[in-house]
Amino acid sequence: MLPYYYNIPAVSILLCMISGISIPLLSSGRRAYRLTLFVSATVTLLSALLMYKVIPLNEYFTYMMGHFPAPWGNELSAGPLEAMMGFIFGLVMFLSLLGGSMTLFHDILPGKQKFYFTMMNMLMAALLAMTYTNDLFTGYVFIEISTIAACAIVVARDTPKTIGSTIRYLAISLLGSGLFLIGVVLLYCITGHLLMPNIQTQVLRLVSTGLYTVPLTVVAGLLFVGIAIKSALFPFGAWLPMAHGGATTTSSAVLSGLVLKGYIVMLIKIFYRVFTIDVIRDLNVTNIMFACGLAGMIYGSIEAFREEHIKRMLAHSSMAQIGYIFMGIGLDVNLGVAAAFLQIMVHAFVKPLLFLCAGRLSEVYDHEKSSYRLRGSAHKDWVAGIGFTIGAMSMVGIPLLGGFAAKFYLVTSAMMNPAKLWPALITLMISAVMNALYYMPEVIAIWTRCELCTPNPVESNLGFDLISAPLLASGVIFLGLNGYTMIQVIQRGLALL
Amino acid sequence: MNIETNFFKRLNDWVNGEADRLFPELHETDAPKPPEPVATIGPLPNKDVLFLTSYQAVALIVVIGMVSILLYTVYKLPLFGVADNPAVNEVVERYVEKGLEETGAVNVVAGMILDYRAFDTLGESSVLLLAITSVMMLLLKDEKNTDPDEELIEAHEAVIEDHNRDMILQTMTIILMPAIMLYGIYVILNGHLSPGGGFSGGAILGAGLILFASGFGHNRVKKFFNMKTFRTLTTIALLGYGVLKTYSFLLGANHLPTGIPLGTPGAIFSSGLIFVLDICVGLIVACTMYGFFSVFSRGEI
Repeated sequence: MLPYYYNIPAVSILLCMISGISIPLLSSGRRAYRLTLFVSATVTLLSALLMYKVIPLNEYFTYMMGHFPAPWGNELSAGPLEAMMGFIFGLVMFLSLLGGSMTLFHDILPGKQKFYFTMMNMLMAALLAMTYTNDLFTGYVFIEISTIAACAIVVARDTPKTIGSTIRYLAISLLGSGLFLIGVVLLYCITGHLLMPNIQTQVLRLVSTGLYTVPLTVVAGLLFVGIAIKSALFPFGAWLPMAHGGATTTSSAVLSGLVLKGYIVMLIKIFYRVFTIDVIRDLNVTNIMFACGLAGMIYGSIEAFREEHIKRMLAHSSMAQIGYIFMGIGLDVNLGVAAAFLQIMVHAFVKPLLFLCAGRLSEVYDHEKSSYRLRGSAHKDWVAGIGFTIGAMSMVGIPLLGGFAAKFYLVTSAMMNPAKLWPALITLMISAVMNALYYMPEVIAIWTRCELCTPNPVESNLGFDLISAPLLASGVIFLGLNGYTMIQVIQRGLALL
Repeated sequence: MNIETNFFKRLNDWVNGEADRLFPELHETDAPKPPEPVATIGPLPNKDVLFLTSYQAVALIVVIGMVSILLYTVYKLPLFGVADNPAVNEVVERYVEKGLEETGAVNVVAGMILDYRAFDTLGESSVLLLAITSVMMLLLKDEKNTDPDEELIEAHEAVIEDHNRDMILQTMTIILMPAIMLYGIYVILNGHLSPGGGFSGGAILGAGLILFASGFGHNRVKKFFNMKTFRTLTTIALLGYGVLKTYSFLLGANHLPTGIPLGTPGAIFSSGLIFVLDICVGLIVACTMYGFFSVFSRGEI
């Protein structure tokens, strides 16, 4: 018999899938909502148990999906990193659903709410499967699921604008999955395997013999570009602001906080378990990532600075944050990848917090989205105000908050690579200043009393006030205070990949 | 209203919330806006023409570049079918040599997709459910995407259509329909014995339904296949797949026997779960195909 906790990855994925499939049988959207909450809470608890078991032992295991061992059957693999990501995905999904529920039931027609929750459950399954998979083709299948589900949760709001942005999102996203699939197929042609460790053996053999160098380089490029498109790395991220800015609050929070991250986690796993990070560096992929990351940091910040629609501003800022992550991976030092992982975790908490709070604040003035007109809204809904302030401060990089820890370790790792030190430092500096320039005026504005404005009476949402906002904010603070410990755990986890 | 151009004054205005002085046009709410005047068609401004031309030029260069890279890569790939092709390895060997013995399926492909790699196929079948669900989310008739006038016209057209059915199509449908349905069922049920299976058989069934709907109208189909049937069938089929495979995944991973007999290879009731899973997949594919047709053409099933 296997230790019982080895079953957790498979059980989490299958639980989400089965609940997603069975939602059409439920009688109303409310029930579907409760089931989805229950499932994400269960996944969170199970992943916490997995973390509790694997992190102290620093254990990495594979799990056979069915009766046949890999490479014949499918296989999952999990260790500290996967467990942590599973925990964050479950928790943030739960908190986003809880915090955005009121807007959600307002934005989506009652007859179509069940469909929305089917998508949410499947999206959760896809995120978990992309994190846990040890097989490239399984990874592709779940990329496909996440593509459809992500587009559907944007279009669920059913306004002309969201339909337009979804079509754009769908087209670009399919290009990304298409490139990824071509990459997987070519890789199969030159290695004969789909299982990550087996491909790795073959790739190392090919590198040492010099066989099929061209296809191997092209494959690395295709897998990278495919995922870069899907995770909105500059210059492939033009779809993001409209899609994330127009969706209902919960969708924006989940898309920015989780979906983009799921792909990056899978990319890191592919780099470590399929190519090995040394081969990736030899193929110069990390240099391209570094350059794109830097450009994305600047571009995202400038666009966010120019934006007046608060949710689109947050979406542009996501593009900049994705730039930080890719810059970290591109630094060519192991600490850089760990710092990028920390950034992934921090951003998974901060962005949903900001989106949820912005959604609440805009309700104060009759769903007003223009940044300027939110003046004084924090006084009417101080929980959202405080949440937004904490999130913004973390984005800017105020010490004791998660954003500071991530930036601190990014700079530390830049120090270890003199060749990339100055570009990284200067860009980080510019981007941090830009962050302050667009987040701080917003914070000041929402706390400035407005005598002439006519606020709506705010309906209290206990789920948001008591659970979502406090937990997300404490997640940000926790990561800020425990940056060093987290980096240690992540580095040990990366060594196991 | 004077609009500030000085950067610091604008920043100051922003902090003070003087939105109207900054961007008078940007007052975005969810409240319905008055309809914009219909744009008149005229020559594009020069700036747009320049943009479109350069956009097309850049797109062409990117596409040509991408195509040449991919073609060159394919040229450099190992030759297909030669003995030292990397894809000829222990993976394929076991599928081909032990597939029958281990899965009980004469059709090795069915054994691979529904037993060895059943998890991937569960994902693929869910993709179909997700696709039809997203289409329904968008196109099913609701208060946002319908208006009474259009409804009236559509109802009127439906009546005319009902009285003017195409006789050739109807006669051919009556002749072909039983054969198509029977063939679809045959392909699904024989999935583990011969080429075919749930995906192809389901597509045949779905095509049969679509043919019937085109010949006799949706209302005739609705008598035996409506929204409720659709929902029940897809959900139960996919749920059946999910639950059965969860049982088999979890026991298999923990090295426990499932107690499902493989039967005699070649017999119709053989190959364990594959037979049942093929039926599930077939039902999903058939329902999804007809669902797409129906939702796209009429906004309901």
